[in-house]
Amino acid sequence: MKKNFSIDHLYLSILYFFGFSILLLTFIVFYELLSSSTLSIKTFSWSFLLRNKWDPIREIYSSLPFIIGTISTSFLAVGISSFLSIGSALFLTEYLKGQFSSFLSSLIDILAAIPSVVYGLWGLFVLVPFIRNIQTFLFRYLGFIPIFNSQPYGFGIMSAMVILSIMILPYAIAMIRSVIEMVPSDLKEAAYALGATKWDVMRQVVLPYVRSGIFAGIGLSLGRALGETMAVTMVIGNRNDIPRTLFDPANTLASVIANEFNEASSSLHMASLVYLALILFIITFLVNLAMRSILKRYSLEKRR
Amino acid sequence: MKKSILAIVAVILALSFGWTACNKSSTGDGSKAQLEEAKELMGSGATFPAPLYQKYFDVYKQEKGVEVNYQGIGSGGGINQLIEKIIDFGGTDAPMSSSELEKAGSAVLHIPACLGAVVITYNLPDNPKLQLNSELIANIFMGNITQWSDPAIQAMNPGIALPDQNILPVYRSDGSGTTYTFTDYLTKANTLWKDNMGTGKSLDWPKGIGSKGNDGVAGTVSITPHSIGYVELIYAYQNNLPYAIIQNKSGNFIEPTLESVSAAANVDLPDDLIVSLTDTDAPDGYPICTFSWLITYQEKNDGTRTLAQARATANMLWWVVTEGQSYNEELKYGRLAPSAVEKAKALIKSMTYDGKPILK
Repeated sequence: MKKNFSIDHLYLSILYFFGFSILLLTFIVFYELLSSSTLSIKTFSWSFLLRNKWDPIREIYSSLPFIIGTISTSFLAVGISSFLSIGSALFLTEYLKGQFSSFLSSLIDILAAIPSVVYGLWGLFVLVPFIRNIQTFLFRYLGFIPIFNSQPYGFGIMSAMVILSIMILPYAIAMIRSVIEMVPSDLKEAAYALGATKWDVMRQVVLPYVRSGIFAGIGLSLGRALGETMAVTMVIGNRNDIPRTLFDPANTLASVIANEFNEASSSLHMASLVYLALILFIITFLVNLAMRSILKRYSLEKRR
Repeated sequence: MKKSILAIVAVILALSFGWTACNKSSTGDGSKAQLEEAKELMGSGATFPAPLYQKYFDVYKQEKGVEVNYQGIGSGGGINQLIEKIIDFGGTDAPMSSSELEKAGSAVLHIPACLGAVVITYNLPDNPKLQLNSELIANIFMGNITQWSDPAIQAMNPGIALPDQNILPVYRSDGSGTTYTFTDYLTKANTLWKDNMGTGKSLDWPKGIGSKGNDGVAGTVSITPHSIGYVELIYAYQNNLPYAIIQNKSGNFIEPTLESVSAAANVDLPDDLIVSLTDTDAPDGYPICTFSWLITYQEKNDGTRTLAQARATANMLWWVVTEGQSYNEELKYGRLAPSAVEKAKALIKSMTYDGKPILK
């Protein structure tokens, strides 16, 4: 009895250690970011968040263009990919069964294993020229509409958004597929017994049941989109300016850090890059919190 | 979600702290016999000359049995690691700035190893051989000249049919010595650029798009009609990119070749060899080129280096500016002119350990 207790106790303390080490790690990262960016925080204070200027020669730094670039590309990408991922997860689990379904599923899983630089190269040589053609067409015939009125380069928010939405697809699909598979067949059979069609069952039984799982999947893919660097930097055009149209070249927080970190020699430049990292950290944290509260609301509704 | 961000931060932390730790442990094992040479040297820095340095150090190991590790992590990284005394020598495409020299504490020698050049590449129908000068280049990259058919470009290129299309400038999105050399040239040669843009490894570009690395710029230019960008000479050679002939200070139109690049350095050089070669006075010199330097402390006894390591560093540098030079042109890097070699030798001879010269 006593021996059992001490083993349990040991086991518990090991678990505590693992649990707290994650907390500690997050805290250390936050602290490190904060202390390394102090110089920039002191120099620019709030103007760092509000101005539209990144000039390493005159040592004027601010983050607004990159915050807008990061948020617009990630959220647009998640918007596109959430429809695709819910649709294909439903199709793969409920409509298509057997060998072909698992073949398709493993193909989607392979998408997750492709290195992002490969996505970037594909984006550069295939997607960008393709987008440029569409853009040339839009510019010529619909140029009077402000969101289409930018020089057709092909590089910009649109290309970054498309490539991101493909890259995050497998994460959302895997998550949503696994929760759809957990819907009890009793529920579905009961609905069928009441005369529901397949579409009715999907809409009124399966989707409401997995709502929180869908949000979790989308949240996971959003986190991936916010942090993705390599592929985005290759197609977004890397312009340090606030994008005015959907096709304008822009830049993201992660991409600026990756681009300029190696050669940043002045201490203010370095501190400002770390400040960008801190902002990215906070954005991800806030997005996480928001997703959590959405999840909580929907699971409460379910209980009612 | 937080995992991805942690990964990014972890990479950043690893870059700044991890390497410090692991490299420090490997440099401490200097040889005990003070008259001998260390068998291992560590260096890091500029990526542009890295292929040449790999070649140098392969040959050097076969001939002298000294293993020299060089990691191409970027000029800024090389300078930082030298200042933090992690490495025996660094590599850089831009001379150390005054604030970096201040941080270094004591004198840092700049030994040139090779010459590099930046060429202007473009994507036009049939890729004609364009002629450009500093004024045109500055105005194109500042967004003042927006059309290929602009009279100013046409006047310099009579007989070439230039399309009535918008110009898309492509610049380096990552901080780089290539950008430094390119903007250093424009700052010297064009007052409008000097007043509005300036010289640096990263800039606030008013127009165009950015791509990462020489390969990124070359790739972007090759897939984007009517674009113009700047890349390293070797990179243009290896990928058969079209490049412009540039008018130099003396008014001659110079094609970028290894000869015209070497010619650019055939001017009066200062004894410390910390000099910008852009906008050269040499009448047959290509105007957008630079030395790539190996940098090391003049006084090698800084508490982290043994005499054996200091001697090995000095011998290696000596070999690079003498025998090593024969490998430059084969790998498409410019070779040092004899006057530069003599000055580099004098610099290497000025290296000391405890105040005593290392080489006789």
